[in-house]
Amino acid sequence: MKKSWKDVDIALIVKKGGTAQDFKTGDWRSSKPVWDSEKCKQCLTCWLFCPDSSIQVKDEKMTGIDFEHCKGCGICAKECPFKAIEMEVEKK
Amino acid sequence: MSNIVAKTGNEAMAEAMRQINPDVVAAYPITPATEIVQIFSTFVNDGKVDTIFVPTESEHSAISACIGAAAGGARVMTSTSSQGLALMHEILYITAGLRLPMVICEVNRALSAPINIHCDHSDTMGSRDAGWIQIFSEDSQEAYDQTILAMKISEELFFPVMVTTDGFIISHAMSRLEVFDDKEVQSYVGEHKTPYNVLDIDNPITVGSLVLQDYYMEIKTQQAHEMMKAKEKIKELYADFNKKMKRNYSIIEEYFMEDAEFAIVALGSTAGTARYLCEKLREKGEKVGVVKPRIFRPFFAPEMVAILENVKGIAVLDRSDMMSSTGGHLFNELKSSFYRNSKQPAMKDYIYGLGGRDITVGDIENVLKDIKDFSNSKETTPDVKYITVRE
Repeated sequence: MKKSWKDVDIALIVKKGGTAQDFKTGDWRSSKPVWDSEKCKQCLTCWLFCPDSSIQVKDEKMTGIDFEHCKGCGICAKECPFKAIEMEVEKK
Repeated sequence: MSNIVAKTGNEAMAEAMRQINPDVVAAYPITPATEIVQIFSTFVNDGKVDTIFVPTESEHSAISACIGAAAGGARVMTSTSSQGLALMHEILYITAGLRLPMVICEVNRALSAPINIHCDHSDTMGSRDAGWIQIFSEDSQEAYDQTILAMKISEELFFPVMVTTDGFIISHAMSRLEVFDDKEVQSYVGEHKTPYNVLDIDNPITVGSLVLQDYYMEIKTQQAHEMMKAKEKIKELYADFNKKMKRNYSIIEEYFMEDAEFAIVALGSTAGTARYLCEKLREKGEKVGVVKPRIFRPFFAPEMVAILENVKGIAVLDRSDMMSSTGGHLFNELKSSFYRNSKQPAMKDYIYGLGGRDITVGDIENVLKDIKDFSNSKETTPDVKYITVRE
């Protein structure tokens, strides 16, 4: 049941944190990063630069890309010193 | 020690800020408001307040820092003027939309171009729709008292408040000021109230989230209704201030209005000049009165109509123009207020004093002659006249 103007919380604050994660921005993408794990030296430069925290890392190693949030800006591909990430046009 | 001192409007506002002792003041200097934060920064330096002072690189940053602090539960104040307020513009809406308590000591000054550092109300009027409560002051005393009162209003209603003085005319003119004891002010403003606290890590919240077609209409409707409700609460808070602090302020000041046939309506310092003239004319038996709204936002429309509906002619003095061909801000509000009212006195706008152009007793006397002619004439236009200008 959606709330009326009389019932919404002041300033529409959301009573939890980290809510940006619930907002899927992946469908904004027009081109996508393709990661080549063979060329990757695990320097994590992409993780450092990604403005959307979309480089997935486990135990200090890159494991993939979060396509639910990656907007396809291409910064990771531009910054990768080993050309392990390349952008390709998104096919929808 | 006497509680009567001599202070300029800026010194009075800085003193009010010292006594309120806010947690955070973030500011950027601008003429003619510079002194307020300059004096306040010496209070910080001398350890007379507990405030964290944040000197920023712009007014946009200053009020943004204030928002961050306010959302984190701090009692926050700042000060600005003119282009500074204009630079704050987008953040003014955010402050109000986030319903954060905050007080700006605003010194009214013209907007560029051409560059002008002197008084008119263009800056404050430019932000009239931002969701702030706007209070005008006629002199240092009102500026001082209303700054303290504004902190209370802001925290009781969760609306940001700007208290204004007129640039140089009040800000730099020294006058008699009756100050409170620090303890009185502290006890009056009381414990800081905040609608939420983003630093309450046990109860995490998201502030300022993205809200599109689904909920934006609801939150803005709520904000508008809260502003409507605020009107009664502001009246109560003025009454409460009068009682606790032994003052005698009304939301709209009436002077000789009981039997007035012609009324002058003015904001801020000009009301004093109008009252002086009114007193002189009353001695000659002329039925003239003065109405000074202290609060422009929210606009107390029915209250203004009740005071003014029985006169023959209303002369509105506007120290700002809307460049719309329909006159100034106060005139437009008042004209709207009278829509469908059974009594319709003649009403004319007199735009004056832009960029600090002086307005004299003689100027207002001419306004009165003009409104008398206008009320007796069958013509209804033009109802906007530019005065204090070379023809």
